[in-house]
Amino acid sequence: MSKLHVTTTVNGDEVEYLCDPRETLLDCLRDKLNLTGAKEGCGTGDCGACSVTVDGRLVCSCLMLGVEADGKQIETVEGIADGDVLHPLQKKFIEYAALQCGVCTPGVLVAAKSLLEKNPDPTEEEARYWLAGNLCRCTGYDKIIRAVMDTAAELREAS
Amino acid sequence: MALDDRKSIFSFVGTRPDRPDGLDKVTGRAKFGADMSAPGMLHGAILRSPHAHARIVKIDASKAEALKDVKAVVTRADFADVPFKPGLEGEFYNVLENVMAGEKALYDGHAVAAVAATSALAARDALKLIEVEYEILPHVTDVDKAMAPDAPVIRKGAADYSVPAGMHPNVVRYHESGHGDVEAGFAEADLIIEDSFTTEATHQGYIEPHACLASLGMDGKGELWCTTQGHWIAQKTCAALLGIETSQLRVTASEIGGGFGGKTTVFIEPVALALSRKANRPVKLVMNRSEVFRATGPTASASMDIKIGMKKDGTITAAEGIFRLQGGAFPGAPGDMTAMCAFAPYDLTNVRQVGYDVMANRPKQAAYRAPGAPMGAFAVESVLDELCNQLGLDPVDVRLKNAAAEGSKASYGPTYERIGLVETLEAAKAHPHYSAPLKPGQGRGISCGFWFNHGGETSVSLALSEDGSAQVMVGTPDIGGSRASMALMAAEVLGIPYENIRVTVADTASLGYNDVSHGSRVTYASGLATIKAARHAVEKLCERAAVKWGIPVEAVKWENGCAVPSGPNAGDFDPLPLADITADMGATGGPISGHFEATPEGAGVSFGTHIVDAEVDPETGKTSITRYTVIQDAGKAIHPTYVEGQYQGGAAQGIGWALNEEYIYGDDGRLQNSIFLDYRIPVASDLPMIDTVIVEVPNPGHPFGVRGVGETGIVPPLAAIANAVSNAAGVRMKQLPMSPPRILAALKEK
Repeated sequence: MSKLHVTTTVNGDEVEYLCDPRETLLDCLRDKLNLTGAKEGCGTGDCGACSVTVDGRLVCSCLMLGVEADGKQIETVEGIADGDVLHPLQKKFIEYAALQCGVCTPGVLVAAKSLLEKNPDPTEEEARYWLAGNLCRCTGYDKIIRAVMDTAAELREAS
Repeated sequence: MALDDRKSIFSFVGTRPDRPDGLDKVTGRAKFGADMSAPGMLHGAILRSPHAHARIVKIDASKAEALKDVKAVVTRADFADVPFKPGLEGEFYNVLENVMAGEKALYDGHAVAAVAATSALAARDALKLIEVEYEILPHVTDVDKAMAPDAPVIRKGAADYSVPAGMHPNVVRYHESGHGDVEAGFAEADLIIEDSFTTEATHQGYIEPHACLASLGMDGKGELWCTTQGHWIAQKTCAALLGIETSQLRVTASEIGGGFGGKTTVFIEPVALALSRKANRPVKLVMNRSEVFRATGPTASASMDIKIGMKKDGTITAAEGIFRLQGGAFPGAPGDMTAMCAFAPYDLTNVRQVGYDVMANRPKQAAYRAPGAPMGAFAVESVLDELCNQLGLDPVDVRLKNAAAEGSKASYGPTYERIGLVETLEAAKAHPHYSAPLKPGQGRGISCGFWFNHGGETSVSLALSEDGSAQVMVGTPDIGGSRASMALMAAEVLGIPYENIRVTVADTASLGYNDVSHGSRVTYASGLATIKAARHAVEKLCERAAVKWGIPVEAVKWENGCAVPSGPNAGDFDPLPLADITADMGATGGPISGHFEATPEGAGVSFGTHIVDAEVDPETGKTSITRYTVIQDAGKAIHPTYVEGQYQGGAAQGIGWALNEEYIYGDDGRLQNSIFLDYRIPVASDLPMIDTVIVEVPNPGHPFGVRGVGETGIVPPLAAIANAVSNAAGVRMKQLPMSPPRILAALKEK
């Protein structure tokens, strides 16, 4: 099967790759662009470990084909920090120990950032439902939710 | 020099610094199993049996091999042991049978062949061209049916010496223990309750599927990168299965995306090595989620009978339990562990427990957090709750009345040293949760839980640098923040800042043997070894100070990161900081490092008590957990935040097991729910905050008092939730999971 040429923007950088039409966006990010921050936990859109944003919308990159990224703006966990300055969510996740093994963390961070951009003042219930698409098997979500809520409060104070 | 062996006042231990690997894990930089690549790398894929039980008549891979993108195909013939000519024994044989089927496919998902190709897609396409001829055999997946006289035999001769004569060949191990006279004890009881319980198999559900990158040459030298809880066991097992020397295979543990016991063995690693050897190129092999569910170890399913007698004042007069555990198509179901843990929280005069290890046509069970203990606790603590209800007694008071303490003879044999069960129960009784009012439709449950904890073979090295910083090399993969705990313990001994210590998980070529990160052993055993390695380095630091000062080493002691004279007679010298000694260590005797290796035996058993409130919707049968409190003895919490995290994680997994998770098999013996959509683990919106109380009753077997905390947290939830749900619904729930259909059925029968 012949490969297709894709031009897209990832974390602000214009990139190109050739991909088989069957390859997912996640495959392309990981295997062609060496952006291995997004993880494949299920391949069926159930675990959220591969979460990225596409033109600002939160998606599971395992459910989108690599060819569909053409002309889009993709943001991944690698683009969350601003140079050498961590995003407040990243700092709070470390401070709160909102991760144990850390494999779900990239997806959770991308999803949580997307939540706070849309809803700067979520209730605990809203945060829990927004993050319901991101499975974490280690933490029981307690410290994740606390980290997200505290980040939201801090960002509101700062703005 | 003088060093106290035990310590109870701390500078670093008990604080909550950021974990050393935090930055890597919030930026996507951390390298997990599937994140590594190599030049010239091929991609592997595994063909799996669609049948629960079938003889493999013929495998024809010629069409796959003819593809130009395919560089190797392997079957069982490519391993150290082939059918009809066994060379491996015991668990090595079982693991080989599991990673690549021999004469028979033993469960839906059992590996039968594998390919390596130039891309993952090409490898997947090639699998479709491999033709396997099967002769389908009768199968069994249920534990009680697998023990019945007419059950199909999974493998003849798999039973060991412990199994009494006359049992079905699928019963492969038997355990019986206890003390006293249970019949006499039952005769003294005012109330006896006897009942039966079942639990279903659940999966550890780590979010990272198994993944590895293997390279093995025709010279028998290899490199393996894999996600594992223990790379030395991976090294030893892979070497045996491939027929190469252990030391010639260097294994590096990647960051590990969860394990919970499920990554204490190998599945794809030997297959990737065999493909690499045949293709003479590196091979990357990554499971998809469905393969994880179908072919890696879930926990055992269980069928249990419990009988407990109690006096009106709450004294347990006798307890008896029979525990039948199904562990897939291989020996290993932890019927013995279930039996030994079930009554362990209680000081009983008369107790007897029997455990069966039963084979069925399911994937080989693997350890899952306190393997075997949660099921038994569910059955026993449910009966205790029912006794309390019928006798009108407070469930915490009854447990306190019967609680084991220092000097109690454990139900499984030994006499307890200092333990903290009573303290957890007293904390439960005093906790605001226990006396908070319940709303209509809600019920409250409590349960105790026990786990042995483990020491295991352990080796740690510590090296000081000329600038006064330290590197610690441990051999236990960091599954939940253990680098932070190790750095805190090393800082405590050396007296240098936490931030000046770098903890590395060393590969198998860089350190001596280390057992797996399991058994709640890492903070205990690697921690103990880190402390002793640091003390070893401190001895040398004191020797160097003695040389510098020209006094005997006995006159030097170590305080707050400095060598100081041990008393007025030792001489008058200013404290000599660690960095001043390491700065010129090359001139005073050479590099300074510390080392320790042992198999520590004093892990210290662990107890917890959980309080749960549950609300049952009588219309839908859905259960909501409205409040949850974990109380557990940590001995000494090195990094309390990560201790809380272990408690919360164990409770959350227990909630899933109790309410929703189960392996569902069809009549055809195939697993029907092999993706996360159908095997639903708890999500954020399913759970409340999980409160924690860390009780600290120091473990006499660890220099700082540590008891492992990883596993006990999953022991009480099944029972505590079942008790809460039963009290809310007004009907005793005896089968897990308590899914909505089961609850509706129970409400209907009420």
